[in-house]
Amino acid sequence: MIWNAFILALREIRRSAMRSILTTLGIVIGVASVIAMVMLGDATTAYVTQSISKLGSNMLILRPGQDRHGPGGGDTTSKRFTQEDITAISREIGGIKGVAPVSSKGMQVVYGNQNYSTSIDGSTNDYFTVKDWSFETGRNFTAAELQGGKAVCVIGETIRKELFGDQNPLDASIRLENFSCQVIGVLHSKGSSMFGMDQDDLVVVPLRMFQRRISGNQEIATILLSAKNASGIESIKTNVTSLIRERRHIRPGDEDDFNVRDLREVVQTLSSTTKMLTLLLGAVAAISLLVGGIGIMNIMLVSVTERTREIGIRLAIGALEREVLLQFLVEAIVLSSLGGIIGMALGIGTGVAINHFFDLPFVFNTSIVVIAFLFSTLVGIVFGYFPARKAARLNPIDALRHE
Amino acid sequence: MKIPQSPSPVIELKGTKKYYGEGDATAYALRGVDLTIYEGEFVAIMGPSGSGKSTAMNIIGCLDVPTEGHYLFEGIDVGILSRDQRALLRRNYIGFIFQGFNLLGKTSAVENVELPLLYRGVPAHERRTMAMAALQSVGLGNVAHHTPGELSGGQQQRVAIARAIVTDPLVLLADEPTGNLDTAKSIEVMELLKSFNLEKKITIIMVTHENDMARYASRTIHFRDGQIDPAGDGSHP
Ligand SMILES: Nc1ncnc2c1ncn2[C@@H]1O[C@H](COP(=O)(O)OP(=O)(O)O)[C@@H](O)[C@H]1O
Ligand SMILES: [Mg+2]
Repeated sequence: MIWNAFILALREIRRSAMRSILTTLGIVIGVASVIAMVMLGDATTAYVTQSISKLGSNMLILRPGQDRHGPGGGDTTSKRFTQEDITAISREIGGIKGVAPVSSKGMQVVYGNQNYSTSIDGSTNDYFTVKDWSFETGRNFTAAELQGGKAVCVIGETIRKELFGDQNPLDASIRLENFSCQVIGVLHSKGSSMFGMDQDDLVVVPLRMFQRRISGNQEIATILLSAKNASGIESIKTNVTSLIRERRHIRPGDEDDFNVRDLREVVQTLSSTTKMLTLLLGAVAAISLLVGGIGIMNIMLVSVTERTREIGIRLAIGALEREVLLQFLVEAIVLSSLGGIIGMALGIGTGVAINHFFDLPFVFNTSIVVIAFLFSTLVGIVFGYFPARKAARLNPIDALRHE
Repeated sequence: MKIPQSPSPVIELKGTKKYYGEGDATAYALRGVDLTIYEGEFVAIMGPSGSGKSTAMNIIGCLDVPTEGHYLFEGIDVGILSRDQRALLRRNYIGFIFQGFNLLGKTSAVENVELPLLYRGVPAHERRTMAMAALQSVGLGNVAHHTPGELSGGQQQRVAIARAIVTDPLVLLADEPTGNLDTAKSIEVMELLKSFNLEKKITIIMVTHENDMARYASRTIHFRDGQIDPAGDGSHP
């Protein structure tokens, strides 16, 4: 009986090619647009998340002064950090991967007749650990270089390109204003950050050397901290805050004269924005799926009216109500799932093409594909089935008389 | 000491009434019909338009049920059967040639003829063979793959006949089978029906307006105002 219904349904689909195509088209468009739009939204989210993780999502940034949001909220009057703060943090705070003191200054670097304006960061090897930064060539600082404040430096990819072109930068001597230092390593390129800043535009030198030759004092402008895992970041934040407060003898109730910032805040803001985007795109797509569904409904309704006489003939020659229904049901299922499959292929194809065009990562959202497919098939089935049921319940004579 | 049995009744209408609508708008299509038709008969039903011929045929064909009275098909009271049970009676015992041809429009002649076999669960291959044979018996073997739209009125009527007899039914009902045909075509159709009655022993009940066509039947019944006109011959042949 099911096989018969299947045969009948396929014949009917083939016979009414135009009607079949129209029905299927509604589903194809609905499913394809939902999938493509959600893929685009997901890819954008993934892109943002990736950019953030490049930045180091397990990272905490300690700065002097009260919290000023935005980069460069430095405050010159507040108390600076010291080497003792670094030592205390690494001794007393658990769950950290590294703690790096950082002081920076913008400077001109010169090699041969090339010169370039960049940022000089004085720090330790923890700088590379915290920022999860590997070396393209060369090495990091030795203990002796750090201790003695030797004039050595690690350069970013941009500096290498600007100053050295295709020459080998290792062991070359570059000039920073009035002294020179020897290049011992080149960092792996990180590209630009999501704020559009070139992360490879920097020179890293031992902190000691920075303090002695550039800043001329023992102060540390910023402390970078990274947690071993993201879940520990909240407690580290609390612990570091109370540790520094204690070291600075800030009384309970008084405000901090430093701030600890957490990149996750930025991450959260950004990802909630992109989630909104996904939601919005999803909503637009859902509407198109709904419109597609209404299209299916209309065509199914019209086709059943058209076919009431046919149903009458079938009933009159001895078809059972359920056999007629089964035929219509199979027809609806075949058409809807066919439309669903084509829509899926088209949607994924479009999604991949758009994401490729915008250079976004490929994210495959299985659940939305399944949902779109099921929804459209369901609409097709429901609206194929119910009008047919009405017709199949008619008295065969009345159905036959139907014009 | 058994008395030789007379042919058994296939169709028995007992005080059958059929009303349409309610109250003042009620149409009395059948006002109490008593009629018995025996196996192997060829009965013609005549009568003016609106006299209830089609209504009676629909009841006999198990497409409709009486409002009052009884209708027995092979001794079964059709009035108390469910929709599905009546559908099964139609499927297994009754061939119906409708007043309009009632063919599936986009479907080829042979597929139209196959349809009743399909609902009987006849396997595809056998179905095709039987349908082709039925079409050949009505002289349409050469247009089996044409759709009704590509066939003439006479050809369409013969497709409808082939569809009605392909299952070798116990009873063949024909509501004005020659109504839309010219005399020559009508005679062809009547000859066909006659041969099915004689060769396959199919009981035939046919509605017609024309005396020339009624002459092919072994008995003629006249309807008037929803009743059998006693002036006509209502007795066993
Ligand atoms: N479905 C129906 N609803 C209302 N009245 C009907 C219906 N079918 C038939 N009738 C009425 O019943 C009477 C008999 O009709 P019918 O059996 O078709 O007559 P005939 O076939 O002899 O011309 C007519 O008066 C007709 O108007
Ligand atoms: Mg009539």
